Amino acid sequence: MGSNQADAGYLAAQAQVRTIPVGLTARKIRERLIEFAMFLCALSSVAITVGIVWVLLFESWQFFSHVSIINFLTDTEWTVLFENPRYGILPLVTGTVVTSTVALLVALPLGTVIAIYLSEYAANPVKEILKPILELLSAVPTVVFGYFALLFVTPALQSLLPELPGFNMLSAGIVIGIMIIPYVSSLSEDAMKAVPVTIREGSYAMGATRFQTAVRVLIPSAFSGIASAYVLGFSRAVGETMVVAIAAGQQPHLTLNPMEGAATITAYIVQVSMGDLPHGSIAYQSIFAAGLTLMCMTLLFNIGGYLLRKKFREIY
Amino acid sequence: MKNVVFSVALVALLGLFPKASKAQLIQIDGSSTVFPITEAVSEEFQKAKKGVVKVTVGIAGTGGGFKKFCRGEIDISDASRPILKQEMETCKQSGVQYIELPIAYDALTVMVNPKNDWVKALTVPDLKKMWEPTAQGKITTWNQVRSEWPNSPLKLFGPGADSGTFDYFTEAIVGKAKSSRGDFTASEDDNVLVQGIANDRNALGYFGFAYYIENQKKLKAAPIDGGKGAVMPSAKTVEDGTYQPLSRPIFIYVSKKSLDKPEVREYVEFYLKNAPALVKQVKYVALPPSAYTIGMEHVKKGKVGTVFGGESQVGIKIEELLKREAQN
Amino acid sequence: MVTREIQAKVAANKRFDGIFAVIGLVATFVGMITLAALIFDLLTDGGGRLTYTFFTAFPSRFAAQAGILSAWIGTCLIMFVTAVTAVPMGVAAGVYLEEYARKNWVTALIEINIANLAGVPSIVYGLMALGLFVYQLKLGQSILTAGLTLALLILPIVIVATREAIRAVPSTMREAAYALGATKWQTTRDHVLPYSMGGILTGVIIALSRAIGETAPLITIGALTFIAFLPDSPIKAEFPFISFEWLMSPFTVMPIQMFNWVSRPQQEFHLNAAATGLVLMVMTLLMNGVAIYFRYRFRKWIKW
Repeated sequence: MGSNQADAGYLAAQAQVRTIPVGLTARKIRERLIEFAMFLCALSSVAITVGIVWVLLFESWQFFSHVSIINFLTDTEWTVLFENPRYGILPLVTGTVVTSTVALLVALPLGTVIAIYLSEYAANPVKEILKPILELLSAVPTVVFGYFALLFVTPALQSLLPELPGFNMLSAGIVIGIMIIPYVSSLSEDAMKAVPVTIREGSYAMGATRFQTAVRVLIPSAFSGIASAYVLGFSRAVGETMVVAIAAGQQPHLTLNPMEGAATITAYIVQVSMGDLPHGSIAYQSIFAAGLTLMCMTLLFNIGGYLLRKKFREIY
Repeated sequence: MKNVVFSVALVALLGLFPKASKAQLIQIDGSSTVFPITEAVSEEFQKAKKGVVKVTVGIAGTGGGFKKFCRGEIDISDASRPILKQEMETCKQSGVQYIELPIAYDALTVMVNPKNDWVKALTVPDLKKMWEPTAQGKITTWNQVRSEWPNSPLKLFGPGADSGTFDYFTEAIVGKAKSSRGDFTASEDDNVLVQGIANDRNALGYFGFAYYIENQKKLKAAPIDGGKGAVMPSAKTVEDGTYQPLSRPIFIYVSKKSLDKPEVREYVEFYLKNAPALVKQVKYVALPPSAYTIGMEHVKKGKVGTVFGGESQVGIKIEELLKREAQN
Repeated sequence: MVTREIQAKVAANKRFDGIFAVIGLVATFVGMITLAALIFDLLTDGGGRLTYTFFTAFPSRFAAQAGILSAWIGTCLIMFVTAVTAVPMGVAAGVYLEEYARKNWVTALIEINIANLAGVPSIVYGLMALGLFVYQLKLGQSILTAGLTLALLILPIVIVATREAIRAVPSTMREAAYALGATKWQTTRDHVLPYSMGGILTGVIIALSRAIGETAPLITIGALTFIAFLPDSPIKAEFPFISFEWLMSPFTVMPIQMFNWVSRPQQEFHLNAAATGLVLMVMTLLMNGVAIYFRYRFRKWIKW
């Protein structure tokens, strides 16, 4: 009879339901394991930071027992390697800030314009060729860029600005900017590409030009990705070592004028750690103090960048 | 099918790697100034031993080299300056004993632009006036150094303040190591300094002899008057000690414990025997033959310690130095 | 607005659009021209040195006999270790942070932290790796240490790129998968990751390109400049046929060899350095080529 069949069916279903939880548990365990493995990977980034901060703090501690922090932060000369050492970090800080600013002034506009061009204007086959070629820029060894800045860009700039010294922050900054163009352009273009086509087509349907679509619709939608690209570009510019060591000079110099030579924090660290100074001397320990300062600077900037991004993120 | 082909290709490719035999390894690290000499010696040594002994050479810098040396990680340390007190302490604490072997001279050459026709010779007081810390911002033209020189800007070039070259030059000229004005164009890469001087009529700079020899068309070396007349730097004047005070010895430091290994002992003896010829090839200046003989004796006797007392010594003949009592 | 005004505005917009197309092309060319200038410069100096002996000879004090054998093999082996370490770890970390982690202040801290790590100078990574890998973990001055150091260096780039790529996948995709009863991992593996592969691969390309050109951190952890022998072969003739001894071998890499040669006084060494630079760029292109090919395929396949 009908109800018997229904009962049988119900009982059968019950029997099956009772067996399902076993399968679910095994799957749950696997899920948890995978999640845990991924969590460990994410934790590794924290572990790396701890390691780096530990190394920096450990050596800086000994440095700061000889040099007062106030003196370190306010003195205007960094002559650690000379006979009467002075330990003011400001010249190195201005060196880093000026070169990075020049680099970002080159890379951010150019990179974004290129990203818009590749995203909206270039035909697909052209784009798939141009993008790897631009990415090849980030593959050039930094040593090559350094010598390029020194031997090619500086003389070229000197023909425009005759007063330009052989070592200056302008060439170094420009070359670093060119070097990080792929960071900005490739990652931004990816972010813009990932915006759903419905949004893009909606904009075109309303009669917007390619430029208007890109600027008013795509960039706000892809803001998170583009901001990340900017932050990565900034980090790369600040952390760049060899280009500045070769082209900007190695004499710390407190100036905001990019047309002069100066040393950045990174160039100083490389110079001393690969030089002839005894390890364990106060001059050697000064590189850790300088590195710590750099990390604090980038931390402040990154916190600011994060808060800004949080405010302006758009979700679709 | 594709996978099979791929795997076979991979195996075939990897099989191209030569089979390494269980060879002995000699590890050397340190100064990039000494590197070309050590490279030459290691190259010839490996050829002579037909690959039975392997040698590796790094360029972590004199400071980095001593750090590894005093930790017992390397057998030989390349050094462009004598071992300093701090490093002597570290080695003492870790029980590493070393044999100090000068192996060549690096003549610091003062160079000017070929179009510079007013510098006939430079005395130590001239150079001191140009380079001492008080000159910073004040001595900016040639005629401030000697009134008969032209009133054109004085453009100075030199190695970075972390290098042994800088230390030695300041000690020899100004009288105290690292005592120098700060407003000169500094670079780690001496080739850059060559370029700088070659492009500026009013330039003056100092760096290693090898860079002068290779760029003789672009640069003009200034004879140095160390008190006994103007002497041009050359292999001869450095070797017989007349080019003073800018001839500096460069060293290798060998760990006494490593000398117990037969291959290291052979290597060091090979080094001292072939240094005169090889040093010339890489454009450094050889020490007088007696210096190498004395070095060989020290190796045989196991004479440890440094004769420099943990700091640089300027202007003393190498044989005198080697005869001194060594300090540990 | 009057029709004529509207038409004028539309025409102005169209004109600017055309102008911007030119601006964009010029901007792209700035990058390309720099690249072309660099390659041209390297070619004219080093092109003549690209002989068979150059690739199969060891370094030497005679510039004409010196070769890059130990250098390019060192670079290949190290990049292999770096890629195998950094890519899975970076992608896993990015996936976790984006898909699994709760959006609280801890994750915000980790996000800031990762962006900060991208700005640490490479030599500081070298100094840290010296203390950690070489001394503490006793891995020695080996290929393994070098690969791990570079992997740590580029990890932030991979993580950031992965996160952005995953973030860009519309939530409709995920929700559709969940609606059909997929677990979190199934959704991620089969739905989110394939769509974000393109962006992830871009990050991998940029990251590996950075790693291959690094000099300073490797010198700090003990990379050599003169090494006239190769590491042990991974394939052995006896059991167990695969050996990992090469991981613990001393090494050198192309950028270091180049850096050393370019600082020598002899002009002939500078030519060698230019040739090395060229070869390095070709190697990078080959390495990226694999990722570029996959990225192209993935991007073609996206259907939204």
